[in-house]
Amino acid sequence: MREHRTTIREFLGQYFHIGGISDSEDIFSLGFVDSMFAMQLVLFLERTFDVQVEDDDLVMDNFKSVDSMTSFLARKESATA
Amino acid sequence: MNPLPPIATRDRAALSNTQPGTYRAFAARELAPYADAWHASEAFPMATIRRIAAEGYLGMTLPRRYGGGEASWSALAQLAEAFGWACSAARSLLTVHSMVAHTIERCGSDEQRACWLPRLACGEQLAAFALSEPEVGSDANAVATSARSEGDDYVLSGTKKWTTFAETADVFLVFAQEPNGLAAFVVERSTPGLEVDPIRGLLGVRAGGTCTVRLDGCRVPRANRLGRPGMGGRFALATALVHGRLTVAAGCVGLAQAALEASARYTSERHQFGQPLMSFQLVRRLITDMSVQTEAARGLTQRAARLLEATQPDGPTATAQAKYYAAIVAAKATADAVQLHGGSGCSSEHSVQRFFCDAKVMELIEGTNEIHQITLAQDVYRRHGAVLQTNGNANVFGKTDA
Repeated sequence: MREHRTTIREFLGQYFHIGGISDSEDIFSLGFVDSMFAMQLVLFLERTFDVQVEDDDLVMDNFKSVDSMTSFLARKESATA
Repeated sequence: MNPLPPIATRDRAALSNTQPGTYRAFAARELAPYADAWHASEAFPMATIRRIAAEGYLGMTLPRRYGGGEASWSALAQLAEAFGWACSAARSLLTVHSMVAHTIERCGSDEQRACWLPRLACGEQLAAFALSEPEVGSDANAVATSARSEGDDYVLSGTKKWTTFAETADVFLVFAQEPNGLAAFVVERSTPGLEVDPIRGLLGVRAGGTCTVRLDGCRVPRANRLGRPGMGGRFALATALVHGRLTVAAGCVGLAQAALEASARYTSERHQFGQPLMSFQLVRRLITDMSVQTEAARGLTQRAARLLEATQPDGPTATAQAKYYAAIVAAKATADAVQLHGGSGCSSEHSVQRFFCDAKVMELIEGTNEIHQITLAQDVYRRHGAVLQTNGNANVFGKTDA
């Protein structure tokens, strides 16, 4: 999971300065995420971690922070294990 | 500009059958000779829609298991360019139909895919995309059409406007507000309470079957909602718009190409002061700019298609860049084409008049030029650590760097 966390931070770092953002901070409320960026985020998670983001997964709680995305990936991976 | 990624080997990208010559030949045979007449009569013949469907173009990117052709985004862009070159109304049909089908494929359940995609893939059903409203254009958050849950159904009420090819559509992808946020619904034309009124006298894409769609207490089954409201609805919208923007960008490249070809032909045949127009340096400058800018727009569009088919996260932004630039190029090229044709360019006897009218519309649909200027700049600022936060009327420019 630490690798996932690092990879997610590296991805986000391509799009905005993530240095001052903690893993628990809500990137939506910080103003970094519009609907197009949310789409990029979903594409990134699917492509990088080989998971399928289903319709029921499309809730803010799964994507709002690095912690949220890491937990989401853990749940997806345990579901397919 | 980022380097191009390798072509993805997964799914449909590998199954692409790109045949731009075939697309152009179809467009030259079935669309271009009639496009001016369709523009004048503000009607697109159903027989031509059937011929487009028979070629498999309406479902070309859908999976084979649903009757689609599993062609790549690049192939779709090439087809859209060929259609845009011949007839923007035909390109509009391709855009709205395929963006709805693609959104159902990406955001729908297995049951929803099985229900609608086979019929959309073969063109048995035609689709239209219903987002804009009389008071809602660029600000999708302000959609006023409502969806009220009632038992096993939703009841939709509101008015949609500028719905392209609504005149012939059998199903509509309607965006409406639920208490939990924006949601997308598939609404069949036969639903009681749904009325379609054609809008006549438009400047461009006059054969595009554009209508006002009224939803007066339309009751649709709960199973017709694509995904969850809120982020699910926004995701469905973004999915549709990215698809639409790629085909509009490609259509603009086709429009600019058509303007270039018409201008090269006219200026080589027309004589003034005892010599062909093409001998004048100011004419050559316009032709050169038209040619180079069209090629640049084509390059941006092809890059966006390749990023999308490689599921690269930069794909949506690249698509917005391509649409923004290609629309400007099409507007400039078609205006210059009219200029080069002189008085003849203002006449319906020359197709450049139609190109000019259609190109203006391209600067408005799938995100106006100004909306793209705002959002693409936002992307630049975000990458540089600065974000403009909008809360109601208060704009806060927040530095986020540590």
